[in-house]
Amino acid sequence: MKIIVCISKAPDTTSKIAFTDGNSKFDENGVQFIVNPYDEWYALVRALELKEANGGSVTVLNVGNASNDAIIRKALAIGADDAVRIDTPTQDALFVAKQIANYVKENNADMVLFGKETIDYNGSQVGGMVAALLDMPYVSLASKLDMNGTTATIEREIEGGVEVVETSTPVVLSAAKGMAEARIPNMRGIMAARTKPLNVVAATDATSATEIKSFSLPPAKTGCKYVDADNVEQLIDLLHNEAKAI
Amino acid sequence: MSVLIYTDSADGTLTKNAFEAANYGALLAKKEGKTATAIVLGEASDIDKLGAYGITKVLHVNDAALNNFDPQRNAAIIAQAVTKENASTIIFPHDYSGKATAPMLAARLDAGLVTGAVALPEGNTVRKTVFSGKAFADVEIKTATKIISVLPNSVDKQIGEGSVAVENFSCEIPTTRLTVKEVKKASTELSLTEADIVVSAGRGLKGPENWGMIEELAQELGAATACSRPVADIGWRPHHEHVGQTGIAIRPNLYIAVGISGAIQHLAGVNGSKTIVVINTDPEAPFFKAADYGIVGDAFEVVPKMIAAVKKLKG
Repeated sequence: MKIIVCISKAPDTTSKIAFTDGNSKFDENGVQFIVNPYDEWYALVRALELKEANGGSVTVLNVGNASNDAIIRKALAIGADDAVRIDTPTQDALFVAKQIANYVKENNADMVLFGKETIDYNGSQVGGMVAALLDMPYVSLASKLDMNGTTATIEREIEGGVEVVETSTPVVLSAAKGMAEARIPNMRGIMAARTKPLNVVAATDATSATEIKSFSLPPAKTGCKYVDADNVEQLIDLLHNEAKAI
Repeated sequence: MSVLIYTDSADGTLTKNAFEAANYGALLAKKEGKTATAIVLGEASDIDKLGAYGITKVLHVNDAALNNFDPQRNAAIIAQAVTKENASTIIFPHDYSGKATAPMLAARLDAGLVTGAVALPEGNTVRKTVFSGKAFADVEIKTATKIISVLPNSVDKQIGEGSVAVENFSCEIPTTRLTVKEVKKASTELSLTEADIVVSAGRGLKGPENWGMIEELAQELGAATACSRPVADIGWRPHHEHVGQTGIAIRPNLYIAVGISGAIQHLAGVNGSKTIVVINTDPEAPFFKAADYGIVGDAFEVVPKMIAAVKKLKG
């Protein structure tokens, strides 16, 4: 089975969130970039587990410029066989989806895996768009994935429960917590990653459909009102009469 | 011209998120002088209720086969409704079905999509949360057809009186390769993303055997229970209860955090909550900076007192 795992670059979860250029751009100054956690921890690791059990190949695919190569090497160190970077500055989700769909059309895959969303723009868009552009079934928020021949059995998160679905390949999935456990690359993996193929391919023509105009930070809390631990009834009273929350 | 709203259902009734999306779409339609039309796929017994949320027309595909969720099929049906209704904007709830269906429709229609909107559009620009709730972005949709998904619990509802005209929508239902085998509902538990009140606990509780009082407090308040990441990772609580940057993001009216220090990754998943209460033994816990109300004290003393006080309040 040929699996393509789409990975995105994201700021580390502890990054300070600040903006520059009149609040129109994310301030990358001093920010460490990582593989988007959902892409790495769940999508990539589960793809590798399936390959280890059933054979096949795992390719990581990224859309971006050369500054993304460091996080692509990380994915190779974790165990992907090879990598492809579609060489273009990224625009919006539809632009990125068109790049990925175009690549998959030309190169085929039995499964295209995404993380459920990126931790920066929280769009949860690209996977569904790619599925529609390729006219493939889409299973989002998948927390469990098993293969039996060309049949995928998947659990996905729904409000207040899980749903078990079945589909034949090719299929597009977005991975959520539960699908796999994060792996830490070992020294052998890191050494091997240096020589694994990272193919840079040209982008296809596409336009964006959305554009971020500005960023803002939520208003700061005005301060915590403390209630004495011996006077818990006062807290419940405040929640009822002041906050009107209960 | 109309605003078309996808209102999803579960177990034969429309979801809370669907009503919120309906109201958002109706307010937008009113603002732009358009018709607010909802589309319901599968069986739903409470479609009439949409009138109170400002919907005047409903397209209903009353086919039991659509009770099972398939975003590929749903997007194909909604695309037909977009044409029929001459819809300029399509609204989705930003829940599991909207998250899957909206992007598929966007790609089909080559339309710009903003997911997780927290306010009505200003012109072509929509505000959404980014960086897991740590910031907002104002995003312009540049295409004529616009798609927006609405973050649950984020836009104030305006409920009035009104009635809906329900039309059986005859459309082409495509066959797909996906089949739903089973739906496993945790029937006794309230859905975390839909809950108005959430009681959450962390490592400060010292062990899974101590969660009884958290569950009791939640029950008294009609709340859902949640937990921090370390607690889910060591197996004290199930993973689906983990709220935070890499778990579920929630925005309840009231979030009560017991024995959670408030790491930045946890705050990212809960800081959209309207009121935050923090109970922690450590006065230096960073969570107090994000809290509206705080008690510096031992959870094992404070929580039972809270249960008693809530019982007294509710009489």
